[in-house]
Amino acid sequence: MDSNASFVHFSDKTTVKVALVGNPNSGKSTLFNALTGLNQKTGNFPGVTVDKKSGFAKLNSTITAEFIDLPGTYSLYPKSLDERVAFEVLCNSENAHHPDVTVIVADASNLKRNLFLVSQIIDLKIPVILALNMMDMVEKEGDAIDVIRLSEKLGVKVVGISARNKEGVEELKQALLQPLPVPQYDFIDIHKIAPEAIDKIKSVLKVKSDFSAFQIANNLSDINYLHNKEMQIKITDALNTLIIDKNKLQSLESVERYKTINRIVEECITRKSAIKTQSFTQKLDSVLTHRIWGYAIFLVVLFLIFQAIFFLAAFPMEWIESLFISISEITANVLPQGELSNLLVNGIIAGLSGVVVFVPQIALLFAFIAILEDTGYMARVSFIMDKLMRRFGLNGRSVIPLISGVACAVPAIMSARTISSWKERIITIFVTPLMSCSARLPVYTLLISLVVPQDKNSGFFNYQGLILMALYLIGFIAAIGSAWVMKWILKAKEKSYFIMELPVYRTPQWRTVGLTIYDKVKLFLFDAGKIIVAISIILWFLSSHAPGNKFDEIEKKYQDYSFRGDLNQDEIAAKISSEKLEVSYAGMLGKSIEPAIKPLGFDWKIGISLVTSFAAREVFVGTMATIYSAGNTDNTQSIREKMQAEKDPETGKPKYSIAVGFSLMIFYAFAMQCMSTLAVVYRETKSWKWPTVQFFFMGALAYVSSFIVYQLLK
Amino acid sequence: MSNTKALKNLAQLKIGQSAIIDSFTDKQMALKLLEMGCTPGEIVKLDRIAPLGDPIAISVAGYLLSLRIAEASTVLVSPIPAV
Repeated sequence: MDSNASFVHFSDKTTVKVALVGNPNSGKSTLFNALTGLNQKTGNFPGVTVDKKSGFAKLNSTITAEFIDLPGTYSLYPKSLDERVAFEVLCNSENAHHPDVTVIVADASNLKRNLFLVSQIIDLKIPVILALNMMDMVEKEGDAIDVIRLSEKLGVKVVGISARNKEGVEELKQALLQPLPVPQYDFIDIHKIAPEAIDKIKSVLKVKSDFSAFQIANNLSDINYLHNKEMQIKITDALNTLIIDKNKLQSLESVERYKTINRIVEECITRKSAIKTQSFTQKLDSVLTHRIWGYAIFLVVLFLIFQAIFFLAAFPMEWIESLFISISEITANVLPQGELSNLLVNGIIAGLSGVVVFVPQIALLFAFIAILEDTGYMARVSFIMDKLMRRFGLNGRSVIPLISGVACAVPAIMSARTISSWKERIITIFVTPLMSCSARLPVYTLLISLVVPQDKNSGFFNYQGLILMALYLIGFIAAIGSAWVMKWILKAKEKSYFIMELPVYRTPQWRTVGLTIYDKVKLFLFDAGKIIVAISIILWFLSSHAPGNKFDEIEKKYQDYSFRGDLNQDEIAAKISSEKLEVSYAGMLGKSIEPAIKPLGFDWKIGISLVTSFAAREVFVGTMATIYSAGNTDNTQSIREKMQAEKDPETGKPKYSIAVGFSLMIFYAFAMQCMSTLAVVYRETKSWKWPTVQFFFMGALAYVSSFIVYQLLK
Repeated sequence: MSNTKALKNLAQLKIGQSAIIDSFTDKQMALKLLEMGCTPGEIVKLDRIAPLGDPIAISVAGYLLSLRIAEASTVLVSPIPAV
């Protein structure tokens, strides 16, 4: 490379693309937040299910930098999905996100291991700046890093920063404006390790460095951007006669890198004492991973999370609901009665309300999760729970989504993001909706009060309470059982390791917590929200429209005074809605599925409720109230009485027998009766495959179980 | 280090015991461990064992690393006698 070309200059550009790359726990995200603040957005790397975070920051009056936060990675080997993204963006100059300059974030208090990734990126021969983070920690420990010397040894610009305190962030921005040298020398002599392979790749492909060639030769099958057929064939031909022992070459490379790293670290760090004092972390660990205290504290943490999303969130959720009720009332009053007002009030506003109502739960859950992650405690949860959860194909971190699922599957599924193994994360997402969520509670309560006798002299045991507990237990067993089955069925995309860093404990940053909440709420509102509103409009249409002029006929029928008898105004209105629902499209759907659900003991009335409660399980209660013209839906007493009075047309006995009641409860325990959960699973897995599989799996489980329950109890 | 009789695997160390990494028995696992800084010649110390007996946490290259027993048992080490 000639010396003129080895400097990169941005003065003629108005936007500079900057990639942030670094080890997990290196403070990369903290730096990204410090650089971009609220000026960031989350998208998608094309073709893969990896979130792409990008944001903008002004470097000076004319030049803006677009920062891309690449997934945290320990090395540049494209093994996992995250690593593949980092690899492709950095190695493929044709990639849409290929940066003008790369900022490598390294934890200065953990320099040795962090320099491994640094050394690999240096050998790619792309313009880099090393941001040496957590310099304050190094100073606190009494150590010193010779930044100038390190910069000389590495052949790249080094800026010492402390992203948490926002120290050095301005200097880093300024450094981005300076002409930047392409790394001057090879960190290791990679050509020595695999001379033939490197030469052959270089003979057919234009690459920036020997290391790029080495990576291509070594990871051919994992590199997507070479899936251009011609190129693939060309490379395979070139390597044809060569036998490449991937493992051997890669381990030689790693050993070689650490040799150089050890030498550099030796020369650049002056340590105050030979023994590294991690005393604070050590002391805390002996409590937090203690065989009694460790679990006791984790239980308290879970209890707090659960209380927050189950009870604390209930207040703002109520405010949101009453706010939307006022909005619908105002809308209904302002607009002339008719289709438009109906669509707005019962379709769109109801749908929006159904989306926004999740915000408090999501915000609270992610406040906890951000704190747990940021302090380093989450890694300890994995550590103490791993053995238990591993048996079921789950991760130590799956405990939090599973427990949160008892309040609501929507935030719970979003929280599975902290699980890094693809397989364990999918299993967690898949089984979490089987945990009995709070929306099932009204359904359970109604049905239990309907079919389970209230024990007068119950003493310690109360049958109703016992049944409710059993339902929660059944949900939990179904979740764990399904996880265990999936463990055997699901093929891992990548080899799963537990080899994981236990980061030192730190105080949480409120800025990070705030940004996490903001980010998650925004993602949910805009990504899952769209789907929820759409389905809500469809469901509204189905239950408020009928073929032909059937609705008019019903209205007309009740205008006839002789037909009204001595019913009052409210009772007539209730009768009209009930009959309308019966002839609506939803009613037709309910009737058409009757033959299929009859073996479960369900009639078309339950069928309609199954259709409408797809919006959310608790809608079951409201639909039942409409069907039985119970009027006020808040009055469960009256729904219960009407349902109790219902007779089976064939036997003449009460319709809601124990068999039907239990069959229905089991159905609601298992079936995926929740569009919001499906929307969020789609958002989190970025394909319709998983929500579809989940819908049918849970549906089948519900159907078969209800069938068995009904046939046994009948 | 070449004295194979003195070698143990990493999972066999006692809490607080240090050792020098000698070699690996699983090539795939070795790659992951190498990039995490567990290179031959490096000193490791068994810091703690999870309450259920698995995984374990070791000090290596200046930080704390946790790994499962199955993973740790692929690392051969020569224990450093306590001074």
